[in-house]
Amino acid sequence: MLYREAGQFKSSYSADMAMFPIRQDRIALALLLVVAFFIVPFVASDYFLRAILVPFLILSLGAIGLNILVGYCGQISLGAGAFMAIGAYSTYKFTTGVHLPLDWFGTEISIPPLAVLPSILLGGFMAAIVGILFGIPSLRIKGLYLAVATLAAQFFFDWVFIRVKWFSNYTPSGSVAAPELNFFGLVVHSSIERYLLCLAFVTVFAFIAKNLVRGSLGRQWMAIRDMDIAAELMGIRPFYAKLTAFAVSSFMIGISGALWAFVYLGAWEPLAFDINRSFQLLFMVIIGGLGSILGSFLGAAFILILPIFLDQVPHALGIPISVETISHLVFIIQGSLICYLLIVEPHGFARLWAIAKEKLRLWPYPY
Amino acid sequence: MLGRSLALGAALLGLAALEEPALAQGAGEQFLPRLVYRTGAYAPNGIPFANGAADYYTMLNERDGGIGGVKVVMEECETGYATDKGVECYERLKSKGATGAAYVSPLSTGITFALTEKVFSDKIPLLTLGYGRSESRNGAVFPWNFIALGSYWTAADVAIQHIAKELGGMDKLKGKKISLVYHDSPYGKEPIPALQLRAQKNGFEFTAIPVTHPGVEQKSQWLAIRQNRPDYVLLWGWGVMNSVAIQEAAAVAYPRDKMIGVWWSGAEPDVTPAGDKATGYKALLLQHPAGKFAVHADIEKHVYAKGQGVGKDTLGQVLFNRGLIDSMIGSEAIRTAQGKFGKKPLTGEQVRWGFENLNIDAARIKALGFEGMLAPFKFSCADHQGADMARVHQWDGKAWKVISDFYTADRSLLDPLVADAAAKYAAEKKITPECAKS
Repeated sequence: MLYREAGQFKSSYSADMAMFPIRQDRIALALLLVVAFFIVPFVASDYFLRAILVPFLILSLGAIGLNILVGYCGQISLGAGAFMAIGAYSTYKFTTGVHLPLDWFGTEISIPPLAVLPSILLGGFMAAIVGILFGIPSLRIKGLYLAVATLAAQFFFDWVFIRVKWFSNYTPSGSVAAPELNFFGLVVHSSIERYLLCLAFVTVFAFIAKNLVRGSLGRQWMAIRDMDIAAELMGIRPFYAKLTAFAVSSFMIGISGALWAFVYLGAWEPLAFDINRSFQLLFMVIIGGLGSILGSFLGAAFILILPIFLDQVPHALGIPISVETISHLVFIIQGSLICYLLIVEPHGFARLWAIAKEKLRLWPYPY
Repeated sequence: MLGRSLALGAALLGLAALEEPALAQGAGEQFLPRLVYRTGAYAPNGIPFANGAADYYTMLNERDGGIGGVKVVMEECETGYATDKGVECYERLKSKGATGAAYVSPLSTGITFALTEKVFSDKIPLLTLGYGRSESRNGAVFPWNFIALGSYWTAADVAIQHIAKELGGMDKLKGKKISLVYHDSPYGKEPIPALQLRAQKNGFEFTAIPVTHPGVEQKSQWLAIRQNRPDYVLLWGWGVMNSVAIQEAAAVAYPRDKMIGVWWSGAEPDVTPAGDKATGYKALLLQHPAGKFAVHADIEKHVYAKGQGVGKDTLGQVLFNRGLIDSMIGSEAIRTAQGKFGKKPLTGEQVRWGFENLNIDAARIKALGFEGMLAPFKFSCADHQGADMARVHQWDGKAWKVISDFYTADRSLLDPLVADAAAKYAAEKKITPECAKS
């Protein structure tokens, strides 16, 4: 009754191809953004903003990035953690100044410390460049074999950031601390500011992603995903389509890595971006729904927020259980939920959402 | 349909639970967050420490009704030794209770690095007993960090001193080969600058061999040791890495009595899984040995006899005792702060004053029941470490035996390192080093 598109006539191609063709969706999204930007910061507690929403938003951005590659273009990647690390360390290098002596060429690269925002974007670009490099094998190898190739990227960059001291500015411990988050004179410090910063980044990039996947580029990616030979015969260049997917995906993952390091952790070591981070992002994409921007958010919420929530239930209810029992229970419950979900709905939360929408259209008179 | 709405209701309830502010904690109680790890690869070492730290406070509550009559309420949060989980736990617990967290003691160098950035603005002291940032000894740059009793640089220096003593003098170190097998994280990398400095000064050849987290795979590292045959191997491991290292050493027939672990690699869980192979293995002692002292009798009487407490089967172990000391230093800081601010729940900022003015003399150690466990120490703004002493103990197959006197780390060597690193941090973070006026 409420959610019905009857009577919404489209009189132009652009209206038909709009990002959100149904009016109710547009209203809901606008409301959601208003709530997220103007209401949540004032009602949510410090803990909720800083320890739940900030990491949730950052990993959602990472999941969107990975979803472009895995969900839309069909290239399985296990290197998401590495691209996050590249984003984080490049941003760190750009904010602290790059000095790279190139003795062989008798010159040196010297860039003075940059402001935080350009550094984060440059960090994304560095991740994109490396993403393109590691995407080149995808032109020859496919499916699980590509997953192994991207796994190589993961281990290679783990190794690079641990061993090459230049990246951590030669700190003895190998742990680096993010400089002050100064955005054009505005220093981001409190939880609300951190939250709004992440929210702004995620909103912008989610819109960009949503826009890309409905356009020519997104259709090329999906054509490659669905059948690469047919796509090639139709005139889609796999080289261009696959490498743009790698570039866009790595860019967003790189940005999310930079935010994870600078906004959430504050000080980090390569272990923050190890193979488990790659798996975490991949699970978010799979559980949330391959090939869905909304699914990336739902998957991130399920993988990140659910365990934190489960962890606190016994204490909130006043049940005296020791922390180790709780943490084992969380593993068991979440594991069973993942199995259950994949059996009941292998296409993830996004598909559940789509089914709910279909039902809502007929409600209250289903046939 | 019902099931779905139930699920929705549960989800909403869940969000409400996450939002729930601190309740159930009385206004007259001091809140203490406890970041622990009782699961994962580091649990064997995390559990006894957490037990000791918890049981000491339970004992204070039972015996004295808390600190100065203010009951201490604790809440544990499982970090699994993971930095991001540790940050979440910290954020979850930092503002609970009447006055927020008294102090935090994360028992993880990685979490310490991340929290160091946060305690500045949250105004909560960070107690890191024998771990964490070595340069945080400088209280003018790190006002909130208290690296009590020893840093990794202290440990590295003492280990070299002990090797020199076994060899028969500092001059005998010349030309010797010493390898460091370390956990490849900030924890394991911290001692390297101090060891390099010593290598330069005393003329021994130093090699550092990294082991990746969590350290269950060390075949290639010990193969390198078999080829290189160093005179001594220093072990900077944690959790399962320690017992694996000892077993691998046995597999390549490297003598265990030429291995010296840091004080985090010298407890019961590190040697018992290796069985007989661990006999002869040596490790540093953060002053206190294993065994039972006066304070243990109080814990048995006031905690275990009443059926309370969590660490009965770990009582008297090395890491249990270290947990006791951790809580003792924290509670004494709160007691000191109560002397200035009154006997009521105190804020982190007030407890920081207590830490900075903490003075534990011999009489106080005796009164607390820690006689024989540690030497007197005193914090000040310039010195957030308080002591530079350590001993060495050896595993004889059944128990740890103390085999040395107290060594004192050479501060003339280490202080410039601390000053350099702290100055670099201050410049990077734009901190003006300054001691609070109190």
